[in-house]
Formats: sequence, structure tokens, C-alpha cells
Amino acid sequence: MATIQSIERAAAVLHVLGAVHEPVALGELSRLLDLPKPTVHGIVRTLCEVGFVTQEPDTGRYALGSGLATLGEGLDPHLLRSRAVNWADGLAARTGMEVELGVLTGRTVELVHHVFRPDGSPQRLRVGELQPLATSALGLVLLAFSPAVSASAAREAGDPTPRVSLARAVQLARRQGWACVDSTLRPGVATLAAPLRRHLGHRLGVGVGALGVSGPRDRVLGPSGEPRDDLVTQVVAAAHAVSSTLQERL
Amino acid sequence: MSASYVASIDQGTTSTRCLLFDHAGRMVSVAQHEHHQHYPRPGWAEHDAAEIWANTLRVLPEALALAGLQPSDVAAVGIANQRETTVVWDRATGRPVAPAITWQDTRTADLVAELGRSAAAPLFEEVCGLTPAGYFAAPRLRWLLDHVPGLQRRARLGEVAFGTMESWLIWNLTGGPDGGVHVTDVTNASRTMLMDIHTLQWDQRLLDALDVPAAMLPEIRPNAQVYGTCTVGLPGVVIGGAFGDQQAALFGQTCFDEGEAKCTYGTGAFLLMNTGASVTPSTHGLLSTVAYALEGEQPVYATEGSIAVAGALVQWFRDSLEMISSAPEIETLARRVEDNGGCYIVPAFAGLFAPRWQADARGVVVGLTSYVTRGHLARAVLEATAWQTCEVVEAVDLDTSLTLSRLRVDGGMTANHLLMQTVADVLDVPVERPLVAESVSLGAAYAAGLAVGFWPDLDVLRGTWRRAALWEPSMSPVVRRRERAAWDRAVQRTLHWVVDEDPDAAPPG
Ligand SMILES: Nc1ncnc2c1ncn2[C@@H]1O[C@H](COP(=O)(O)OP(=O)(O)O)[C@@H](O)[C@H]1O
Ligand SMILES: [Mg+2]
Repeated sequence: MATIQSIERAAAVLHVLGAVHEPVALGELSRLLDLPKPTVHGIVRTLCEVGFVTQEPDTGRYALGSGLATLGEGLDPHLLRSRAVNWADGLAARTGMEVELGVLTGRTVELVHHVFRPDGSPQRLRVGELQPLATSALGLVLLAFSPAVSASAAREAGDPTPRVSLARAVQLARRQGWACVDSTLRPGVATLAAPLRRHLGHRLGVGVGALGVSGPRDRVLGPSGEPRDDLVTQVVAAAHAVSSTLQERL
Repeated sequence: MSASYVASIDQGTTSTRCLLFDHAGRMVSVAQHEHHQHYPRPGWAEHDAAEIWANTLRVLPEALALAGLQPSDVAAVGIANQRETTVVWDRATGRPVAPAITWQDTRTADLVAELGRSAAAPLFEEVCGLTPAGYFAAPRLRWLLDHVPGLQRRARLGEVAFGTMESWLIWNLTGGPDGGVHVTDVTNASRTMLMDIHTLQWDQRLLDALDVPAAMLPEIRPNAQVYGTCTVGLPGVVIGGAFGDQQAALFGQTCFDEGEAKCTYGTGAFLLMNTGASVTPSTHGLLSTVAYALEGEQPVYATEGSIAVAGALVQWFRDSLEMISSAPEIETLARRVEDNGGCYIVPAFAGLFAPRWQADARGVVVGLTSYVTRGHLARAVLEATAWQTCEVVEAVDLDTSLTLSRLRVDGGMTANHLLMQTVADVLDVPVERPLVAESVSLGAAYAAGLAVGFWPDLDVLRGTWRRAALWEPSMSPVVRRRERAAWDRAVQRTLHWVVDEDPDAAPPG
């Protein structure tokens, strides 16, 4: 079977960097691999971009990046909550609605964070609550952006949603960058959610959670039945801000 | 008015952050960077003031950029800071003369013990309202004057300046060597042991007792007042206020009335209760401190229960024991088990603070059996913060005969729901978190906003408080009594551990 040369070479670069215990200069890498400098340069640049290799700012030498070590390591749900708290508060304050943060647990959504509707009314913390993947806004966002779950998994979990309409809803969420459902979990309550993504060098990043607001349907949805534009903007912006806090040293 | 936001800088023990708030007191942006903790010897804890200043200059533009704002959108900036952390810098070069000695540092134990035996001790209690302790700033300043060559002389000549972190940041923001304003606020000054708690001025007798040259001290100002204008960081924006972080949180939680209280969970945990116009000396190990002073008004005082080690124990669990890789993971680990498995940790790293004030105590881990796992240790770490809270709440009850019927909380550790539930359980009262968990930042912003008329008065601010979460107690009285008794026995085992007065002769370990 034919191997793909560039992947093979990239693996060789990683092996060398893993074997040598200090950062390596480009010339030395090219000598060790017996490849022309420009070729090696192209490979290490790409590996830097995806976070598998880092370049020392002072010396320009290369070493294994932290992206490799964290590969296969899930994001701790409580870390996600800690990083999200301030932005979730801001979102609740500005929209006047309750805020939910959910992650994937098995084949359901589990709420790991919840901020009360800021109206002083008695409310109960809903952390730990489970929501169905296929019929909640948080679930649709996770289906659309998390590689760890597929729509067929949602169906296997017993979701009654017809295959075609679920696929369409997931595709729409992926295209829009958010999902909205009306009255599926609580009558008269609509939820709008956007993905929390961890960028490990990839441009788009991997979905690790979903952040949403829930409120009376007439406050979430406009006259057309679509969610209000300003609300979409706020939810997406808050999710984006939380995502950017996930890039920093954890 | 074109400037529709107020900024705050929270210079905390673990990090420096900038938050931006709108007219309704809603957070619109936050940027944050951690700085390094240096522990060069047992009992020592230092920060690099230059690193903290550099981080401040990073978070300001970052917070603006995240919200798409310019400095001209900011009506004023307020500053809150870790209290009692002591910096001395060269007025000409702007460079710190030594590492900043933080509030957790215990190197002044001997100096303070000597002061406590001296004839001046009663004077301190009477004038500044504090029993001399290594916790406050002045003994650290004395230590620097003694150990940095030539510093005493340079201080007398006015070549160097003393300040806590807010002074350092305000001086740098307003131009540094080039016209920087050298001020502090009443709440930070009340933690030095050098200020008269009634007149809110430096007291010459106290300065003499510690031989601190007045020429190096900042001017003491009210909390909400325009101190100067930023030349860097937020160029053109006025600095409208400053607060020690704990008083900032009390203000941010809008505890403006006598009897109102909050507890802030960060590196340490600090319960403050507003005591109105009167200084109430404690008979149960609480401190009297200034809550806030507004320009032209009578100061408002508070009683404080200070817990030195709360989040710091989580940091230790993370960095020194390497049990977890981030602080929040302690909740994941702790939830793997049902209870503490019989294990208790009393984190008397810097002795015990309120309500016991035992400088010679050191930390213990007790109840170890082969049954105990990392998960049980994680539980014990969190429970330590809950039981310490319980002790200061009991002291407040005894001192003020006001029983707290619920507890308002804030700070980084309130993101830990298991901890908040445990606090509710051991106190047997509901615990509530406001919509801005960063009450410290909000309090500093409120002060700055009041100073420039962005907000008209305290009543308007009071109306902005919103509940974001509530934890109801659910522990049975039998379990609470049993656990409390075990905690008390664990605490007994920390006492009198340090037998040698020489701070260099730390206990083995
Ligand atoms: N989810 C969490 N669980 C437990 N401890 C936490 C959590 N998040 C933060 N902390 C602790 O809280 C402290 C940081 O909170 P913060 O309010 O920023 O403190 P400070 O102002 O003293 O720097 C650290 O000591 C950290 O270990
Ligand atoms: Mg703080």
C-alpha cells in the first residue's frame, strides 16, 4: 500500500524532536533527516500551526509542542465552568435570561454550569441536569461541533427525531454556528446556543461544550420565528470569548 | 456622555485582571494574566512588582480589544489590590528595590513578637485598631529597611517610595518617574499598622515606633476620588478610586448597611461585615478595618474574619503535590468519592489566622489510613475552606450578636459548586453568589464611577445586585456535629508546632 510521503516525513520530524531532549535548529533537523532545508521548513511550519511543534522565540529552534501532550486528553468540565463563569454572568446580565453550559456525557448533554435569570425570582440550580442530544439547542450544537459524537449515536440513544430532520438540524447548526430550539424541553421556553471550541492549532477547533440562553419564546424569537439577531450576536460572542480563554495555559 | 464604560484593575495574589462594566454594572469584557509566586525559603512569599506592572499593561488593551472599545470609551478606572503586600521602589528609576513581600509571608514573626513585648504595643491597638501581627504591611517595610543596604537613609531622603500594590500601579499609570502620583486609599492604609483608624491619617507615634520615615509614605485618600490621569495603559482616562480587594468586594456586593456581610474566596478567604460608623473591637479574633470612606463623608467600618489559606491550598495541591493540573479539577477529583474518608487537612501554612491567630501553628494532614485516596484528599482540601468559614462566622455571631441568615459569596473559588454546597452545609444557611462573581472588580469600578458621576449614589448601585446562584444546606445535624468535632481535633494538632523563634530554623520538611 502506498504511504503518503508528507505524513511520513512529518512523523519523522516528530520522532527526531521527541528523541532529542533539547530544541533543534532547522539545519540540524535537515541533516538528521537527510532532507533539503526548504522541505523540512515547510513541514515544521505546518506542525507549528497545528500545535504539535513549537519554535523557541529567541533561538528559532524547534521542539515538541504542548498540543501533542494534550491530544486525547478531554477538557475537564469544571475547568470549562471556571473559564466560562465571567462571560456567562455577563451574558445573563445583558440578555436578562438564564444561561446554561452543557457538555457531552455519554449520549446526553449534562449541564455543568447554570446562571439564574437575573430577575430576583426564586430559582433552583440546574447543574447536573441531563438534556437529550437531538432535541435541545445545546445538544444540536454538540452534535454539530463535537467530533466525539455523531447523529447516529443520538438516534441509538433512543431519540425519536426522524433521521432526515435531525441531519438537517445538525447541518444547519454547523453552517450558522448556533442552534435554536423552541419549547422542546419546557413549553413556551426557547433556547439559543453556540459552541465552545478548543483550538489546538486548527483554525476552527474542536467543540468541547455549548453555551446557551433560555427564555420565554417571544423574547428569544422575533416575529418571523427566527431568533433575534442581537441575541444571536451576544450568545456567539460570549461563546467565542470563552473559547479564547481555553487557548491559554490551563 | 460618550464614555459609557468603567474599567477596573484587580491586582490579585495569583493574577491581574481588567474588567469593563456598563452603566447597569454588567460586565462586558475581562482579560487576565497570572504572575509567578516565589517561595525562596520556607515562610517567605514574594512577587515581582515589575512583572505585575507588565501584566497590568497587557490586560488593559486586551480587555478593551475583546469588547471593541477604545480608552476614550472609558469614563474612569478603579483599582483593587491584594492587601498588605509591600513594595518599595526607586522614585528616579521606577524600579523596585527588592522583591515585593506578600501578605502570606511570615518572615517578620520575630520582629512582631518583639514589638508585641515592647511598650509601644498598646499604642498600636489603640491608634490603628490592630494587634501587631506579621500579616500587616509595616513590619514588612521595617524588614526591607533593615535588609536592603542603604534603604533607611534613602527613605529619609525621599529617594524611595513605599506602597501597597495600588500605590505602585497608580504611580506607574500616572507617569512613574515622570510625575507619577504617590497615593494610597484609606482601606489599604488601614492594613499597614501605621494609620490612625479614626482620623485616617498616618500617626507619627506609630511611624516612630517602627522608625519609618514619613518621606517614603503615600498620601492617604478616600476610596472614590480622582487621583490623577493615566499616561499609559489607558491614556487619558482618570483613576477614580482604589480599594483593598476585600473592601472592594464588600462595596461591590453593595453591603452598604450595618450588618451586611460577604465572604470572598480567593487565595485566602475573607468575611467582612459592615459595622457602620463605629469601630468595634473584637473579643473573638476579628479585625477592625475601614470598609470605605467617601469624600466629605464619615468613614464606614467593618469587622473582618481573615482566613490566610483557602484557594492557596488548592494551588499547593496542584503545584507542590502535582495531584491535579488545574485548580478547578479538584472538584472533578473530589466528586469521585462520597466523603473525606476520615481525612482532614488544616492549612496553617502561615500559622492560623482568624479567629485563632496562632503564629506558631503549622499545617497538618490527619486521619490517614490506607483507605484514603487522592479523591479523599481533594475533599479534605475543600472542606478546610468550609470549616474555616464556619469558624469566622461563629466569631462574627459572638462579637456582634448578629446571626447571619444567609451568606453572600464571591471570588474565583465560587466557581466550585461542591465547595459552595459544602459551605452551605457546614454553616447551615443558604449561600448565594451575585451575578458578578468578580465583586472585587465591581467594587473598584463602582468607586471610580461614583468619583466621576458615572453613577450618582449608593442607592442606584444597591439596585444593581442580582442573584446568579443559590446553594441550600442539606447536611444532617448529626453529620455536621460529627464532622465539626473531627475538624476541631485536627486543628488542635496544628498548635505550637513551631518551637524555635528563629524563622530560618523551619520545621523539618
Ligand atoms: N474551581 C475552583 N476550585 C477550587 N479552587 C479554585 C477554583 N478556581 C480557582 N480556584 C482558586 O482560587 C484562587 C484564585 O481566585 P481569585 O479570586 O482570582 O484569587 P486572588 O484574587 O486571591 O488571586 C486560586 O488560589 C485558585 O487555586
Ligand atoms: Mg482577588
